[in-house]
Amino acid sequence: CGFIFLWCVARCLSDLLLICHWVCVSVSHSTDFEVHRNWLAITHSLPVSRWYHENTSEWTLDYPPLFAWFELGLSHAARHFDPDMLLVENLNYASPSTVLFQRLSVIFTDLLFIYAARECCRCVQDQKGSRDVLNRPSFVLAVLLLWNFGLLIVDHIHFQYNGFLFGFLLLSVAKHLQRQHLQGALLFSVLLNLKHIYLYVAPAYGVYLLRSYCFTQDNKDGSVSWSSFSPLRLLALGGIVASVCALSFGPFIAMGQLPQVLSRLFPFKRGLCHAYWAPNIWALYNTLDKILATLGVRLKLLQEAGLPRASMTGGLVQEFQHSVLPSVTPSITLVCTLLSILPAVASIWFRPRGARGFLRCLLLCALGSFVFGWHVHEKAILIAILPLSILAVENREDAGIFLVLTTTGHYSLFPLLFTPAELPIKVSLMLLFTIYSFTALRKLYSGRGSLLRPLESVYLLGLVGVAFACEVAFPLSPWQQKLPFLPLLATSVYCSLGVCYSFLRLYASLLRPPGKPKQP
Amino acid sequence: MQTWSLVSMCVLLGIVVRWGVSLNSYSGAGKPPMFGDYEAQRHWQEVTYNLPLQEWYSNTTENDLNYWGLDYPPLTAYHSLVCAYVAKTINPEWVDLHKSRGYESPAHKLFMRATVLVADLLIYIPAVVLYCLYLTDGSTKKKVCTVFCFLLYPGLILIDYGHFQYNGVSLGFALWGVLALGLGWDALGSLAFCLALNYKQMELYHALPFFCYLLGKSVKLGLMGRGLFLLVRIASTVLVTFALCWLPFLSDPGDAMQVVRRIFPVARGLFEDKVANAWCSLNILIKIRSILSSDSQIYISFACTLLAVLPSCVRLLMKPTFWQFKLALVRGIQLIILPLFLKDGLLVPYAVTSLAFLFFSIYLLSALEHCSEEELRLGAFHKLLFCLPKLDLFYISVSAMAGLSVVTVALVPPTHLPDLFPVLVSSTAFLHFLGTFIYFNIVQFSEPPSRKSQKKND
Repeated sequence: CGFIFLWCVARCLSDLLLICHWVCVSVSHSTDFEVHRNWLAITHSLPVSRWYHENTSEWTLDYPPLFAWFELGLSHAARHFDPDMLLVENLNYASPSTVLFQRLSVIFTDLLFIYAARECCRCVQDQKGSRDVLNRPSFVLAVLLLWNFGLLIVDHIHFQYNGFLFGFLLLSVAKHLQRQHLQGALLFSVLLNLKHIYLYVAPAYGVYLLRSYCFTQDNKDGSVSWSSFSPLRLLALGGIVASVCALSFGPFIAMGQLPQVLSRLFPFKRGLCHAYWAPNIWALYNTLDKILATLGVRLKLLQEAGLPRASMTGGLVQEFQHSVLPSVTPSITLVCTLLSILPAVASIWFRPRGARGFLRCLLLCALGSFVFGWHVHEKAILIAILPLSILAVENREDAGIFLVLTTTGHYSLFPLLFTPAELPIKVSLMLLFTIYSFTALRKLYSGRGSLLRPLESVYLLGLVGVAFACEVAFPLSPWQQKLPFLPLLATSVYCSLGVCYSFLRLYASLLRPPGKPKQP
Repeated sequence: MQTWSLVSMCVLLGIVVRWGVSLNSYSGAGKPPMFGDYEAQRHWQEVTYNLPLQEWYSNTTENDLNYWGLDYPPLTAYHSLVCAYVAKTINPEWVDLHKSRGYESPAHKLFMRATVLVADLLIYIPAVVLYCLYLTDGSTKKKVCTVFCFLLYPGLILIDYGHFQYNGVSLGFALWGVLALGLGWDALGSLAFCLALNYKQMELYHALPFFCYLLGKSVKLGLMGRGLFLLVRIASTVLVTFALCWLPFLSDPGDAMQVVRRIFPVARGLFEDKVANAWCSLNILIKIRSILSSDSQIYISFACTLLAVLPSCVRLLMKPTFWQFKLALVRGIQLIILPLFLKDGLLVPYAVTSLAFLFFSIYLLSALEHCSEEELRLGAFHKLLFCLPKLDLFYISVSAMAGLSVVTVALVPPTHLPDLFPVLVSSTAFLHFLGTFIYFNIVQFSEPPSRKSQKKND
């Protein structure tokens, strides 16, 4: 009764969301649009054996095979809209029906995300009481997920299928929260075969399932009870994962193309940072390197000729050396990432805290890989933000961390939309989401003081200043021509502070020894 | 949740929808030689910036009135002048005399759309927010929902941000007027309404209720005492406002007459662009154009318009409560101009915003038990149309509109009736108008409103 009403309201809100996307149909589309059109063409027009060898376009297929099968399915629907988009030679083809089809496909696949959000809301316990609908944790979660600014921008204005993919992730998390581990495992293996970036969080899944599912019981003191190991469960899990991978990679293994597929999936030729630096530790590292180099040249400690030319601020995606500090290679980032997630993973092995502990570990794996990873895209922050929403509506401390991480992470997505025409939309949507998240969470945890520490409030207010400087002041200033990369640099550096800080706080909350009073 | 946060979220959402619509095509895009309303507004900026004030409304060598001559009252001209100054600082080519005709560029489109948004933010949106928060009954949630529905109203968004006009300004001023009257500040209310009138002469539709309400209120207060004082105050406010707006034109009576002639072009006739009104619909049955001369058409239309609003105005005169005033205002004619939108390539935004608006009106207002009150009144309505079975009129009208929209887009009209669809749309629109007109007449003359609103009015 009440729940149905809750869903009516959330549903009509999400309908409006989808409708708003239609209104934005004419907003200029990005390269991702051409990428997906190209993949539609490749999967439709070429035989399977050519999919991972095809390189007429620069946007080669670099997602796992299951996504290619998905594109094949879409291409059959695309045929009815405009068959010309399915010709591989039609580079940058963007007729109105093509645009319409692509946008519609994103909106359609978003339905999975809406379903997943609903499942997550069912896992959140509502306190029985006289709280009206708008203040229930499940409703707040629904809005935080469905109206997530980052997802809106990335999917519908920028164009990707992240809603679809996050639907799988959130659904799998929801299944684990509901103790249906086999379904959760199945969904995650499907997800991995759709986009391999989710390998970041695979350790969390692996360790959690091994520890809490394969070992059916714990000893009294919480340690592993080796005798309760259930080979049957392990086999079931293994079978699920193996069969999904077989379905996806099978044809390519049979054709002996596995090395080619893997080389497409993991292109390490790309640089440490994307063209626009994701707000992680390497952005700080690069900036430090630049500052030291500039200082060194000024103080005559270094020869300017000896420094590598055209640094990473050129905005190009290539490999470069650092000038002063040691250069960073992919293996270094891998080691750093593994080291950063090791404590989290170890914690859920030695001290399992149920499904919510798993969720926390998943978040830390996602954030750790974001902070230390190689060639991270700033969109990857969403892998951390969306699951954190679930914890934020249940736990006060997590709500505080959520506010910092979300606001920072969402602001770091601003450079994705850089035309003046998109400025009012991105500012309004960002304000909309921020106002809602602050007021809703504050209302949820009212009466126990502020959610944010003073330093955090100051930091977030500083974000407003950075935004004003980058969007308004800088384009009108004389430095626009000489240093075009400066606003991006400023955004990256400022946001990486917030992201790293949230990472540390989440770690603290996971590793805190039990017995310390945690607020409900 | 706190009211301010809910309201600011509604406003932000309204901005997003408006800007989203404005990214689409505008009236007359890429269609020389005349283009459309967008070019008209740009041309007015050019004219007001470059020519002296006395020449704005006259046909001179520099100012060809056949090419989008100014035909709105002076306040629109002043607004265009302000925009022109801004345009000049950004890019002088936009307002070059003669050379900028038909100027189209992405940057210019952004500028023009921005002027509409700024005008809305300054005038219309604050009026809506304040009106819904202070002058509507009900819980906070209901007020916020009203703000939401108001801001999402597709007609205004599509015309202002799609087709391109500045209706938000005149409607905003009129709403400020209503707001002031509701709070009992009659002089300020008349000032605001005069500004609205001086921005667009279409506000004359709302002038009669304003006039009758204020007159009735003065009479009620006693023509020998406070009533007379009020009347004098209002009259002087109106006169001063008009004088200030028309000041530059008053030095030469010829100028002023020229402006009036431009604003009320009675030579144009009744059928301008197949607008949704009675005449267009009636013309299907009786070929009015062929029977009556142009002058008689004008007199008869004037007489009929007056007759139509007479009952409500008389009622308002006799019983000048704010509630009655609001009802009389609803007589404002709504123009559903689908063919116009199609001409401008605005079909998708039209469908989308109408759908959004419908969704919200249905979901939110029904969920807040607004419907039960409505149903009471609808009962009387149904009794009147006892011939019709108990069908849900709302859904009939919605499906009719939807069907017409689809048909207008999908099918090609038969060759001997090329204007079939626009005319059908106008007729349907008129029927809707007639229906709501009768409905509100019934409401106005039936049971008095609840005690709560009566207390507020006195």
